[in-house]
Amino acid sequence: MTGVSEKAGRRRAAKGVKAEEAKAAGMVLPDPFAAWFARRGWSPRVHQLALIAQSKARRSTLLIAPTGAGKTLAGFLPSLIALSEAPKRPKQGAGLRTLYISPLKALAEDISRNLVAPVSEMGLKVAIETRTGDTSVARRARQRVKPPHILLTTPEQVALMLSSSDAGYVFGDLDTIILDELHALAPSKRGDLLSLGLSRLHTLAPGLMTLGLSATVARPSELRSYLVPQAAPDLMRTMADVVVAKGGAAPEIAILEIEEPVPWGGHSARYAMADIYRAIEAHRTTLVFVNTRMQAEMVFQELWRINESNLPIALHHGSLDKARRIKVEKAMAEGQLRAVVATSTLDLGIDWGDVDLVVNVGAPKGASRLAQRIGRANHRLDEPSEALLVPANRFEVLECRAALEAAKAGEQDTYIARSGALDVLAQHVLGMACSGPFRPEDLYEEVRAAAPYSALTRDRFDRVVDFVATGGYALKAYERFARLRPTGDGHLRLAHPSLIRQYRMNAGTIVEAPMIKIRLVGQRRRKTTGQPGARPLMGGRVLGEVEEYFVEQLSPGMTFVFAGEILRFEGMEETEAYVTRAPGADAMIPSYAGGKFPLSTHLAKRVRAMLADRKQWNGLPLPVAEWLRLQDGYSQLPGIDDVLVETFPRGNRHFMVAYPFEGRLAHQTLGMLLTRRLERDGARPMGFVANDYGLAIWGLGDLSQRIADGTLKLDRLFAEDMLGDDLEAWLAESSLMRRTFRTVAVIAGLIERRHPGREKSGRQVTMSTDLVYNVLRRHDPGHILLEAAWEDAATGLLDIARLGQFLARTRGRIRHQALDRVSPLSVPILIEIGVEPVARIAREDLLREAAQELIAEAMRLDGSGKKRT
Amino acid sequence: MRNTTQLLELKPERLDVGEFSQQPISISGRSFLADVSGALYWPAEDVLIVADLHLEKGSSFAARGVLLPPYDTAATLERLAATLDAYQAATVICLGDSFHDRNAGERMCDKDRETLAILQEDREWLWLNGNHDPVIAECFGGQVLPEITVSGITFRHEPAASPVTHEIAGHLHPAARVSFHGHVIRRPCFVGNGNRLVLPAFGTYAGGLNVLDDAFAPLFGNDGLSVLVMGQEGLYPIAARLLKED
Repeated sequence: MTGVSEKAGRRRAAKGVKAEEAKAAGMVLPDPFAAWFARRGWSPRVHQLALIAQSKARRSTLLIAPTGAGKTLAGFLPSLIALSEAPKRPKQGAGLRTLYISPLKALAEDISRNLVAPVSEMGLKVAIETRTGDTSVARRARQRVKPPHILLTTPEQVALMLSSSDAGYVFGDLDTIILDELHALAPSKRGDLLSLGLSRLHTLAPGLMTLGLSATVARPSELRSYLVPQAAPDLMRTMADVVVAKGGAAPEIAILEIEEPVPWGGHSARYAMADIYRAIEAHRTTLVFVNTRMQAEMVFQELWRINESNLPIALHHGSLDKARRIKVEKAMAEGQLRAVVATSTLDLGIDWGDVDLVVNVGAPKGASRLAQRIGRANHRLDEPSEALLVPANRFEVLECRAALEAAKAGEQDTYIARSGALDVLAQHVLGMACSGPFRPEDLYEEVRAAAPYSALTRDRFDRVVDFVATGGYALKAYERFARLRPTGDGHLRLAHPSLIRQYRMNAGTIVEAPMIKIRLVGQRRRKTTGQPGARPLMGGRVLGEVEEYFVEQLSPGMTFVFAGEILRFEGMEETEAYVTRAPGADAMIPSYAGGKFPLSTHLAKRVRAMLADRKQWNGLPLPVAEWLRLQDGYSQLPGIDDVLVETFPRGNRHFMVAYPFEGRLAHQTLGMLLTRRLERDGARPMGFVANDYGLAIWGLGDLSQRIADGTLKLDRLFAEDMLGDDLEAWLAESSLMRRTFRTVAVIAGLIERRHPGREKSGRQVTMSTDLVYNVLRRHDPGHILLEAAWEDAATGLLDIARLGQFLARTRGRIRHQALDRVSPLSVPILIEIGVEPVARIAREDLLREAAQELIAEAMRLDGSGKKRT
Repeated sequence: MRNTTQLLELKPERLDVGEFSQQPISISGRSFLADVSGALYWPAEDVLIVADLHLEKGSSFAARGVLLPPYDTAATLERLAATLDAYQAATVICLGDSFHDRNAGERMCDKDRETLAILQEDREWLWLNGNHDPVIAECFGGQVLPEITVSGITFRHEPAASPVTHEIAGHLHPAARVSFHGHVIRRPCFVGNGNRLVLPAFGTYAGGLNVLDDAFAPLFGNDGLSVLVMGQEGLYPIAARLLKED
C-alpha cells in the first residue's frame, strides 16, 4: 500500500471526474487519516474520496482505474475509516468486518504487508490477517473462532470457509467485501465459484456492501452486475454504482523499427536482440514481456549472449521454482536488476518498483493486455509510461501497429459475460450441503442471484442437484448410495459426514495438467534410463516444473532450455525429470505451451482494415510494405468483410490458405472441420496448420482444379452448418473433448483429484477419465456433465462463438484466387508447418505405424518379415 | 448361442476389422489368438479366456461416495457378448477378479444378471478365484476353481512370481506406454515371452499397470518381454524400445 499511496501523493487530483463524483471532492477525511496523509505530504485522490462517500451511503460500487491509480488503497480506506470510528460494534458473529478477495495468494500477502504499515502509523487498532492455502492449520482453525477485522484471502478459501457449519457465525458481522483485479477474476470458473460464494455471503450477512476494483474494461455493466444480487431473470439487471478514475498522461509507445528485415515467420524476435539490449542499457529498469515461456527462455538466453556489460538481467515465468521467482521479485523490488524477462505471470497487480521501460516482444494480442503491461512502467499517472513494441514477424508488425492505434484511441477488449459453469455449481451444491441441510428452492433462488447464474433454469439446477445426490444417471442405480438425502421436511442433508472430507480434498476450480519437477543433478550421477538396477539418482536442486506432456516428448540425451540454462534430459523417476547442465550445446527447444493468447476481435478488425487500405502501407516499415505490394500484384489482399482463399500447388502437394484473422483457436477449429469436409469430398487433405491470422490446409488432390470444375464449392465448404453434425462428430473423437471432460469431472466431484505424494505408494493402477468418458457418452449421452463439458469446450478452446460469427459474416463473400505458386502473404503461415506440430495424427494410425516399424525392423534383421509377438 | 441376437443389438460398431484385429500368439508351443477385445482364444480347445472383468466396480466406488457412471457392468458384458459371438467358444475361463468385491452380487442389477445367464447358456463356464473374489456366489452359475490346467497350460489369477513356463494369468492389468513421433499413448496390452502370458484386464473400469513396473520384473527374468498393444481397431506388436515408464 505504501508504494501505491506514495505515488498517489505525488499526483494532483485528476481532472474531469464524473459529475456524481464531484460531491466526493468535498469529503473530508477523518482526523487520523487526514493527519497521516498530511504528514506524508500527500492528498487523497478524487476516486478514493468518492469510494468513501459511496461507502458511507452503503452503496456497492465498481471502481475502474488504470494501474497505479491507488486503487487498492481506495478499496481499503472506507473499511479502515469505519473500523477506526466504530471499532466495537455490538457483535452478532465473530467480528470479521471486511473480506478482501484477490486472485493471487501472493497478491493477498503483498497487500497485507503494505497495509500493516499505514495502519500502525495511524495508530489504528485494526487486526489484519491473510488466509491462503499456505496458512497453517492451527491458524486457520483459530481464524474461524476469532477472525481478524480484515481478512485477506482467495476465492477457494472463501468456498472452503462457507462449506463449514459455523459459516453463519464467522461471517455474521461482515459488512464489506473488496474484490481486487475483478476484471481478471470474473470471466473464469474461479469467478463463477466466487459469485456463488458472494451470493451465500449476501444471505449470511444482509446489508453487505461490495467494492469491486478493476482495470479499464470496455463494458463495465457486466462487472457491475457481478457485484450485487440479481433479481428474477426477466427483470432488469441490478447493477452496482460505478466510479471511474480518469487515466493520466497518454503512454509513449513506439514500435521498434530497425534496418534488419523483419523475419517472415517465427516468434523469437532474435533479429532485434541487440536493439532491445541497447534499450535496456539506456534505461534504469526494463521489463521485457513475452507471450510464452518458450519465448522467455529464448530471449533471456539471447540477451545474456550479448550482455557485454554484465547487466543484471533476470528471468521470471510461471514454471520456475517458487523460491527462484521470489528471489527475482525481491531483487526487482530492491532495484538491483536492470531488466526482467517475464511472461503473463507479472500481468497482475504486484508492485514492481521503479520500472521506466516496458518492452513487449511479439504482438500484445489485445489492447487491454497492452495497457496493463505498459502500466507496469512508472506506476505514475501524471508521467507518461514508455513502451517499446517488438514485432517478431511481418504479421506482427501489422498487429503491433493496430494495437498502438487501439491504445491511442483508448480502446479496450470486451469483457464477455459468461454463463456460470455447471461443474462449479455442482461443487458449490455439495459445499452448501456440507455446511448444513438446505431447501432446494431456497438454494436455487440464492444461486440465481449470482450474476453468472441469473439465467439458470430450475430444471438445470435440479439436474445438477440430482447429479450431486446420486450421480444424475438415466439409470437410477445409486439411490442407496445417495450423497444427499431428503430429511422429510423438504430439506436435503448430507448423507454421511465423511463427504465433508471428500469435498475439502476436491474443492477448487483449478485443475492443473500433471506437472513434472525439473531436478538438476551432477554430471557423474547421470543415469541411463530403463536399465533395471541403475543407481537411484541423488536429489539435486529443483529448477521448476513443466507440464507432463512436455517431458513426454523428450528422450534421454536431448537438450532443451529451461530456467535460463541449457539442460540435458537424463531420465525420469516418478514425478521428477532429471537433467544435467549442457553448456555450449546447441539446444533443441521443443515447443511447450503456456500462455498463448488469441488475437482479440477488434485488433483483428484493425489489421484487416490496414491491409485493405493501401494508403496506410506507406507508414509501414519498408520490407513489410513491399511484402504487401508483392501480394497485391501477384494475388489479392483480404478485404474488411470478406475472406480470401488462395489455392496453389507446391512440391507435390496442393495448398489451400485462408485468411480469416480470427485468432488461433477459431482457426484450429475451422481447420479441423474443413479437413473433415474435404476428406468426405474426396479432396484427400493431409494436414493443416493454423496461426492467429490464417490457416493452411494441404493434400494430394488438386484443389484449384476441383474449384474450377465445380466439384468443390467454397460456399458449401465454408457453410455455417459445419458447426452442427461435423463439429459434433469430430468432437466425439477428439482428445480435446476428453481433456475438457476430465477437468469438468474433477471440478464437479465425479472423480477424485490426484493429490501429489499420495499416488506414489506401491504399484499404481491408473484408471483414466477416458474410460468414464467413453462409458458415459455411449450409455448416457444426455448426462449433465457431458453438457457441461461441451459448453466449456465451445466457449474455451474451440472459440465456436467467434468462428460462428466469422462464418456468418463472410457468407457469400468468399473470394477465391487460384495461383500457380505460393503467395507472399501465405509464407508466414506455411513457415509454421514444422514449428507447430500438426496434431491430427489419429492414435490408431500412430500405433499402426509404430507396429509397422517393428515389422520393418524385423525384416531388416532376419529378412523373413514374419510377424511375431 | 440362440439368445445372443438381442445382445448383439447393443454391440458397439467395429470400425475396421483389418489385419490387426487378431494376432497369433504361441505360448509354450500352443497356438492362441489374441483378440482386439482383450480376450484370448484357444482354437485347439475351443476355449475363450478373459481376465479381470471387475464387474460392479462402478457401484463399489459409489458405495464410498464417488458416483462413477453405473454402466460398467453392462458395458463389460456387452463386449464379452460380442467377443463370444465372434468365436462361439464352447468353454469360457475367467481368470479371477471377475467381481470387484464380495458384495458385487448384491449390487448387480437384474438386467445384467440376465445378460450373464444368457452368455453362460450352452457352454462350460469356469470362474477362477482372484484376490477380489475369493468367494463367488452360486447364483452366478458356472464352476468355481482356484486354478486349472488344460492340455499342459495352467490358468490362474495371479502369475507365479518366478520365471515359470506354461502359464496364462491376469491380475496385473498390463498396460504399455508407447512413445512415437513425439506422441505418447497408454493402452492395455498382452504381455508375454513365448512361454507365459499375462492378459489385459477386460473390465470396462479396470485401468492398467505399466509393463515396465517392478511387478512384472520377476515374471520374465532377463528373457525380455513382448507386448501386443490394444488399439481401438487392432492389436499392435510394439518394439520394447518404444515402451516408456510412467
